[in-house]
Amino acid sequence: MFEYCVDPSVLSDSRWMMCYLTSPKQLAFYTSFGTVLALLAVTAPCALLLGFLGAMASRSHFPPLTIVGRGYTSMVRGIPDIIFFLFIPIAVDQGLEWLRHHWRCPDWTEPIRRGSDFVVCADAKLPLSSASTWIHDLYGITLAVLAFAVVFGAFAANVLYGAMNSVPKAQLETAEAYGMTPRQSFWRILVPQMWVYALPGLSNLWQVLIKATPLLFLLGVKDIVFWAREMGGAKTSTFSYPHPDWRLYYFLVLLVFYLLLTSLSERLFRRGMVKLSHGQATMAGEQQRKAHAA
Amino acid sequence: MKHLLFATTALALSATGVLAQDVVRMGTEGAYPPYNYIDDATGEVAGFDIDVGNELCKRAELNCEWVATDWDSIIPNLVSGNYDTIMAGMSITPERDVVIDFTQNYLLPEPSAFVGLSDDVEIDGAVIAAQTGTIQAAHVTEIGATLVEFPTPDDTISAIKNGEADALLADKSFLAPFVNEDPDLYFVGDDVMLGDGLGIGLRESDGDLKAKLNAAIESMKADGSLNTMIVKWFGESSPTF
Repeated sequence: MFEYCVDPSVLSDSRWMMCYLTSPKQLAFYTSFGTVLALLAVTAPCALLLGFLGAMASRSHFPPLTIVGRGYTSMVRGIPDIIFFLFIPIAVDQGLEWLRHHWRCPDWTEPIRRGSDFVVCADAKLPLSSASTWIHDLYGITLAVLAFAVVFGAFAANVLYGAMNSVPKAQLETAEAYGMTPRQSFWRILVPQMWVYALPGLSNLWQVLIKATPLLFLLGVKDIVFWAREMGGAKTSTFSYPHPDWRLYYFLVLLVFYLLLTSLSERLFRRGMVKLSHGQATMAGEQQRKAHAA
Repeated sequence: MKHLLFATTALALSATGVLAQDVVRMGTEGAYPPYNYIDDATGEVAGFDIDVGNELCKRAELNCEWVATDWDSIIPNLVSGNYDTIMAGMSITPERDVVIDFTQNYLLPEPSAFVGLSDDVEIDGAVIAAQTGTIQAAHVTEIGATLVEFPTPDDTISAIKNGEADALLADKSFLAPFVNEDPDLYFVGDDVMLGDGLGIGLRESDGDLKAKLNAAIESMKADGSLNTMIVKWFGESSPTF
């Protein structure tokens, strides 16, 4: 970064620190914060969508759909998350490669599973071996997003299912009396009003999701926990920047980061709650109405 | 004309097929200097394994790319095809050879050593730290000491300093800089020789790649370039071919 960083061993403490904090390895640590934030930004909508579909399926009057919806929520909620985090990426990766193998290399005669080996033809590899590193990284993150979305989608489905049932029945009956079809009353009456009941549960889920991102490391994505552990470990003179065990300081940075993130989102959710309560027949809505009248 | 077009497309497709095969993804750990570690100056992996690996790829005319991964899952990721080789200071052992295949060794067996907070720690009956799934961990159980396992080599060093373990067992060339630079750490007892030297791990089904890498290792042994690298990373006293 700076010209005087060429030989860190001769630098004064403050310059050494400047060089250390701007070394390419350190920059990779900073970038990984972006990875975590990006993961959150992508995962949350995906999980919400899955949750919405799950809740709709659970409410459906068509029995097979109901079974799928309820089965999904109770199964995922009942099985330890970590099993899904380990199972989904491997299963999806090998499943996709298996399908591509049969599509791309139909004349391949050797078996795919040989002992413990899982071998598909080179054209069926996902991503292709020749793809650049960032594509491999992106693929890994995509599988991680999928795993997170499936797990958190199940919890969201349960929250939304409860929220949908909390909307006063009278509202829906009135809609029916006005001649709305079930579909119309669902989208125009039920969905706009259910969010106020869903928000406390969803905000809880969001906080849990933030705290679950260190699991990324388990999936082989180089996230902030990986880098904090790697950079913090004691470094001998093999490295350009030798230092004793600094993991405490690195983990302290993570602690501050996560605390900031959760407290910020808590504030945003509180604001959202005020907005959603407006005009609702809930306690918060009623209070707002009275405050306004007075 | 149509046929010609087909022929060119087919040619182009088969050409990309060959190209795709020529990329070999090399798995390493990136946390075990001087074998493999992440370099401050580049943020990429570096070390003895990487130096040797790059030279082997050049000689075998392979296009190699390095992948850093957790030691715990380094073998499962190989057999499920996430990368094609392991060069991570991994010793050839009969137990590993059951699951994966090895090339001939590219480094002779090097001594492993015990390290503790004083040089008079009694190894018999002590609590000894080692990285999970290493030959050192296996050795600790064999000598009847109590083994505590840690996921990374760094963690074993902190375990000694925190007093979680009385001593640790790891490759001597990894430990030497720590003992030299940290006044609290001492080598304890005698060195032990473990394993059959370092080899490149491969899938059992990957015979072609094994042949290519073996030939490249042969040629590096023959012209002395491998010895030069061994001396560069491990010093003059290290056994050479």
